[in-house]
Amino acid sequence: MMKSDFWRAFARNKGAVLGLVILTAIVVLAAFASVLFPGDPWDMATAPFQPPLSEGAPLGSDMLGRDIASGIAHGARVSLLIGLTSTAAALAIGVTLGALAGFHGGRIDDAIMRFTELFQTIPNFVLAVVLVAIFTPSLTTIVAAIAVVSWPPLARLARAEFLSLRTREFVQAAITTGQSNSSIILRQILPNSLSPIIVSASLMVATAILLESSLSFLGLGDPNAMSWGYMIGAARTVIRQAWWMSVFPGLAIVLTVLALNLVGEGLNDALNPKLARSRG
Amino acid sequence: MTRRLTGFPASFQRGFRRSVHRAVAAGLLAAALAIPGTAALVAAPAMAQETPVRGGVLNSIVQPEPPTLMLGLNQQGPTQTVAGKIYQGLLTYDQKLNPMPSLAESWTVSPDGLTYTFKLFPNVKWHDGQPFTAKDVVFSTSKFLMEVHPRARAVFSRCESITALDDHTVEFKLKEPFPAFIQAFEVSSAPIVPAHIYEGTDYRANPANNTPIGTGPFKLKEWVKGSHIQLVRNEEYYKKDLPYLDGITFRVIPDAASRSLALESGQVQQTQYSDLEPFEVPRMKALPNLTLTTAGYEFVAPLSWLEINHRVKPLGDKRFRKAIAYAIDRKFIRDKIWFGLGRVPTGPINSVVKFYDPKVTTYEPNLDKAKALLDEMGLKPDGKGVRATVKLMPMPYGETWTRLGEYLKQALGKVGIAVVLESTDAAGWAQRVSNWDYEITTNFLYQYGDPALGVARTYISSNIRKGVLFTNTMGYSNPKVDELFAHAAQEIDPAKRQADYSEVQRILSDDLPVVWLLEMEFPTFLDKRVRNANTTAIGVNDTYESVWLAK
Repeated sequence: MMKSDFWRAFARNKGAVLGLVILTAIVVLAAFASVLFPGDPWDMATAPFQPPLSEGAPLGSDMLGRDIASGIAHGARVSLLIGLTSTAAALAIGVTLGALAGFHGGRIDDAIMRFTELFQTIPNFVLAVVLVAIFTPSLTTIVAAIAVVSWPPLARLARAEFLSLRTREFVQAAITTGQSNSSIILRQILPNSLSPIIVSASLMVATAILLESSLSFLGLGDPNAMSWGYMIGAARTVIRQAWWMSVFPGLAIVLTVLALNLVGEGLNDALNPKLARSRG
Repeated sequence: MTRRLTGFPASFQRGFRRSVHRAVAAGLLAAALAIPGTAALVAAPAMAQETPVRGGVLNSIVQPEPPTLMLGLNQQGPTQTVAGKIYQGLLTYDQKLNPMPSLAESWTVSPDGLTYTFKLFPNVKWHDGQPFTAKDVVFSTSKFLMEVHPRARAVFSRCESITALDDHTVEFKLKEPFPAFIQAFEVSSAPIVPAHIYEGTDYRANPANNTPIGTGPFKLKEWVKGSHIQLVRNEEYYKKDLPYLDGITFRVIPDAASRSLALESGQVQQTQYSDLEPFEVPRMKALPNLTLTTAGYEFVAPLSWLEINHRVKPLGDKRFRKAIAYAIDRKFIRDKIWFGLGRVPTGPINSVVKFYDPKVTTYEPNLDKAKALLDEMGLKPDGKGVRATVKLMPMPYGETWTRLGEYLKQALGKVGIAVVLESTDAAGWAQRVSNWDYEITTNFLYQYGDPALGVARTYISSNIRKGVLFTNTMGYSNPKVDELFAHAAQEIDPAKRQADYSEVQRILSDDLPVVWLLEMEFPTFLDKRVRNANTTAIGVNDTYESVWLAK
C-alpha cells in the first residue's frame, strides 16, 4: 500500500523517472565496466589523439592513446563509489551529531551547533583541497575529505527534525513508558525524520561526485584511479586540438549529476507530498 | 667593423672563432674580415647580405617572475635569461661549447694546466659609469661568489691564488690541473659583479641588489612586479655600435594558455625554456611568422632519468634496473609525451656535451629480455601477473611529468612490475628525494658543458650526501667509476680524458645506476624578424648585444 503510493507519487514527476533511467544506465555501466571494456583503462590501447569513431576507440583516444570510452566506464565506478561512500560517511557524522543536538537540546545542542558552524564558515571546496593536499591524495583521503566538508547541512537538518519531533505525543509517550534515550532516538524519532534526510542525501551524492571531479581536475585525485575529473583535467590543455578528450567525460559528469538531482526531486515529491503540493 | 662581423651567419662565426679561440681578440678578427678579399670568401648564404639595423624593442616572456635580478645571488632560469643581458661573465661558449670572448678579450692556459691568464677588454664601464677592471674579477671570483654561489664555490675553491697582474689581466693559479675550469666562466656560473658596490658589505642585504649594476649591453630601466621588466640600451657599451636593440621587455605572464596566446598574437617575439608546454609546440611550429629552434641549450644540456633508490629491494639489483630499461619505449616518451622534443639518450652524458661516447650498452624496448631478467632474479609472476611492486613518485613539475609517470606505470606493468604512483608537491618531492625517502622518481639535471661539472656529481660515491638534492641520491657506488671520474677531472690531455670518460660511460651503461629517459630539448620560438639571436651555447641567456630586428 505504502509502496505503491510512493511509486505513484514518484512517477508523477516525469523528470524523476528520466533521472532514474539515466542513473540506472550509469550504474549498469559501472557494474559491467570490466566486461564491456576488459583490460586496464590506463593501457595505451591505440594510437594517441584518435578522433571519435576510430577503430578501437569509439569515443576517441587521449594523448597517450588510452581509450576514452573505457576511461568513462571505469571512471563511473570511481565517481559512484566516492559519491556513495562519502555521502554515507557524511550521513553518519551529520545525522549522529544532529540527532544528539536536537534530542538533548541545551548545552549539548549549543556545543554541537557551534562546532558545526565552525565547519560551515570555511568554504568547503577550499577545505577539501587542503585536507587532500595534506594527507596525500588517495581514494580514502578523498572520501574522508568530502565527508568532512559535507556533513554540516545534514547535521542542521537532522537537528531541526529532532527538535520538532521530540515534542510530539508519540515521543512523550515513549518517554513515559520508560524507553531509553538511544531507543527513542533510533526507533521512534529517526524513522520519522528520514524523508528529508534521504532527499538531501541523494543531492549530496551529486555534490560529492562534483567535488571529486574538481579535486581530480586540479590534479588532487588518486593517481592510480581513473576518474572523470582527472580525464578532463588532463585533456584541458589540448582542448583546442582534441575536444573529445574533455567533452565526453564532461558529459558523463553532467548526466550523472543531473540524474541524481532529478531523482532527488522525485524523492522529495514522493516522500514530502505536502511540501510538493504547496510548492506546485 | 663589428657590424659587418655580426652580419655573417652564426655557423661561420662559430667555426672561425673556434680556430682562433685561444688568442685572437674579437677586434682583430673583425679587422681581418674587413679586408675585402677575406670578406668575399664567406659571403655566400642569404642572411650574410643583410645589414643589421639599429632600433626596435624585443618583447619576450619571463616566467616565473624572478625573485631578484642580482645574478650572483640567484641563478634560477628566469633570472639568468633577464640578468644575462645586464651582467657578463669572462667567457661565453659557442654551440659546440668552445669558449668565446665576453668580458675577457683573450686568454692563455699554461702547458701544465695550472695557470689561466685572462686579458680583459679595455674601456669597459659599469652601468654607473665606474671603470671595470681586473679588481672586479678578483673580488667576484675570490670573495663574492665564494660566499653566495655554491656551483662557483666548488670551482674557484680549486684555485691556489687569484691575482690581478695589472688593470686588465687576471691570473688564476690552480692547486692541481682541472681542465673543466675553462668551462666555468659563463655568465650564470661566474657573473662578474662590481667590487666598488659590494666590497665589504653584506652581499645578500645590499640595497644595490634591487638596482643591478652590470657591464652588459642592456641596463635595467623599470621593473613593475607582476607586469614586466624593461631593459634599455647601454649607450656606454664597450663594443662600438652595439647593441642594436633599443631595449628588451620581458613580460610576466603566469598563465600557460596566455603565454602561448601572447606569442601567437605577436605580443611577444620570443619564448624560451618552459614558457610553452610541449603540447603547444606542434601548433606553434605551424605558424608562418615563427621559427622554432632547440639550439642554445647546449650549456645546460638537460638529461632526464628514472632515479632509483638502490637501498630498496629489489632495486639494488642491476638486473632489475635493466629489466626496467628494456620495458620502456623511450621513443614513445619523446614522441608522444614530449611531442618530439628531445633525443633518446644512450648513457650518462648528453650527446651535445664534450666527451660523449655512443659506444655503450643500449636498451631497445624488449619485453622478453625484461621478463627473462626478472625470471633470472627469481621474481616469478603471482596469480595477477605481478612479480614485484614499486612506488613511483613523478617529479611534480607539471603535467608532462605526470603523463610520463602514467606511461611508466603501464609500461612496467606489462613485464609484471606493478607501479603505485605517489603524488607530491615540489617541496615534498625535494625533501623526500634528498633524504632518500623514495623508491623511484623522475628527475633531470643540467650538465654545464663538461662531465666534471655536471655529470660526475650524480654517480661518484663521495657525493652520496643525505639531505642534499641533485647528488648521488641512489646510493650508487663503484670504486672504478669514482677513480675514472677523479682521474679525468685532473687530466689535461684531451685524448686521455676521452679514454677515461668513454670507459666510465661503458661501465655506467652496464651498471645502470639510473635509467636514462630523455636528452631534453627546450623549444625557443623566435619571430622571423629577430636576427642573430641564439648563437651560443647559452642561447637566450646570452647578452643579445648583436641581436637586431628586421623591418
